[in-house]
Amino acid sequence: MRINGESTAPQSGGRASSMWTPSQFELNRRRIRSEQNRRNAIIAIISTFLVLGTLATILITSPGFKSLTDTFFAWSYGVEVLPKVILGFCTNIALTLIAGTAVSIFGLVLALTRTSRSPALTPFRILATIYVDVFRGIPMLLIILLVGFGIPALRLQGLTSNVLVLGTIAVVITYTAYVAEVIRSGILTVHPSQRAAARSLGLSNVQTLRHVVLPQALRRVTPPLLNDLVSLIKDTGLVSILGVTDAIRAAQIASSRSFNYTPYVMAAGLFLLVTIPLTRLTDHTMRKAMERQNAQGLA
Amino acid sequence: MTTPVLRVESLRKSFSSEVVLQEISFDVPVHTATVFIGASGSGKSTLLRCINLLDSIDDGVIELDGVEISDPRVDSDDVRRKLGMVFQSFNLFPHMSVLENITLAPIHVQGVGRQEARNQAIELLKKFDLGDKADQYPDRLSGGQQQRVAIIRSLALKPRLLLLDEVTSALDPILVNEVLSTVRDLKSDGMTMVIATHEMGFAHQVADEVCFLHHGRIVEYGPPEVVLSNPQDSRTKDFLKRVHEAGRL
Ligand SMILES: Nc1ncnc2c1ncn2[C@@H]1O[C@H](COP(=O)(O)OP(=O)(O)O)[C@@H](O)[C@H]1O
Ligand SMILES: [Mg+2]
Repeated sequence: MRINGESTAPQSGGRASSMWTPSQFELNRRRIRSEQNRRNAIIAIISTFLVLGTLATILITSPGFKSLTDTFFAWSYGVEVLPKVILGFCTNIALTLIAGTAVSIFGLVLALTRTSRSPALTPFRILATIYVDVFRGIPMLLIILLVGFGIPALRLQGLTSNVLVLGTIAVVITYTAYVAEVIRSGILTVHPSQRAAARSLGLSNVQTLRHVVLPQALRRVTPPLLNDLVSLIKDTGLVSILGVTDAIRAAQIASSRSFNYTPYVMAAGLFLLVTIPLTRLTDHTMRKAMERQNAQGLA
Repeated sequence: MTTPVLRVESLRKSFSSEVVLQEISFDVPVHTATVFIGASGSGKSTLLRCINLLDSIDDGVIELDGVEISDPRVDSDDVRRKLGMVFQSFNLFPHMSVLENITLAPIHVQGVGRQEARNQAIELLKKFDLGDKADQYPDRLSGGQQQRVAIIRSLALKPRLLLLDEVTSALDPILVNEVLSTVRDLKSDGMTMVIATHEMGFAHQVADEVCFLHHGRIVEYGPPEVVLSNPQDSRTKDFLKRVHEAGRL
């Protein structure tokens, strides 16, 4: 009481912190700390140079190094085919955006169906459960083959045989099952009292979902959903098996013409260009979510 | 004889085979507070949840202002609008500011305009000394402040009856008083209430009638001077003795 009331009150005109000068102890402590930091930094730099330098030396002096760079890092050829690979990569991005949007909508609907308790929805709840179990349990490549080659084989009027569309549908079918489960797990982690509190305020079931349950659930599952987005971007490459000219297919065409694998490396680089920032973002939101949860635990 | 705000007649509730409440009958006249005491697991929360139609009952009748609300054809959302309820914990919505918490139901349930709901909320917050917390998020408030906001939130709907379920049990002892004093203020404003609590001193001050619940039955009821100070039933005496030993009287 005295510390707050008397000693800082007269200074309240200025910033209290500007009046404070660190004591001798603190200055000493800071000097020791900065010495320790400097020593740690030097150790880190030396060890990094040693380890990476050794590895690089082994790599460069190894007998296969010349053929390795010629096969995977032929820059002039890489630059020549880069536009084609980039064009293919645009397909991957477009597919990600379209499939991602569809998956968000269907996944949410499926999760809501599975978590609802309305008796009228019982058959849909059963169907949703079966759907999720089945499509989470089959490799996506199989779904792509089944949809991509199977549907045209039906030769039904009105059904598309466009491989890009079929590939997208296959991706959506699989990812909807994953995302529905993630969202459902988020809905289940919202404490039942939150629902009770909302209902006792007279909010209807739908209003409770919309204003209380879903905002909390989606916030909690943002990191795993971002993770799924990273996987989705990579997995769009699987539709190349249907002959869709995406980045992988474009690289494959270029590389088979020249027996050089640099186009694949180019394609890998393009994927990394998008996935690494997203992965960083995922880590960041995960850390934020954890901090928030800890703060709530204290309150 | 005017109709009581709440009338409960021979209420019975079981979870699968376990009977949790039986032969529960009591009236709550307007502007009075009925306080339920009893050991943990005696059925206090279940009773309040039944009154609020969060749980369905197995037998008996619940009437609000003379209208049966236990009738399955009654719109339960409509009933809950007339009742306020505050729980032991997890009351506030963590993703909304204090103001948003309070205005949610007026705006979406009662159709009050945003600005008007805001003004009413701020007025209520000021009245209960929380005027400066309007834009805070719940995790920035102390537990006591959170519970007071939860009480204010249920007041924003101008309920006929307020149900309070051990609103101080999850709180640090030093935070209990601010919440209890808020409830006392409501009592003097004439709010009709049903309260479950372990705070016997508070029960004494605020109750018009005290009901002692034991294994789902009301084994003793009456004015606090009788039930709390001069209990007749041996089970009530026993319970109060144990509460006293725990230092809560
Ligand atoms: N959802 C439920 N399912 C099964 N049993 C329950 C449920 N809720 C409460 N009970 C049981 O009902 C009894 C009364 O609980 P409760 O009303 O919470 O008591 P109190 O609030 O007085 O501590 C307890 O035996 C408890 O185990
Ligand atoms: Mg309880």
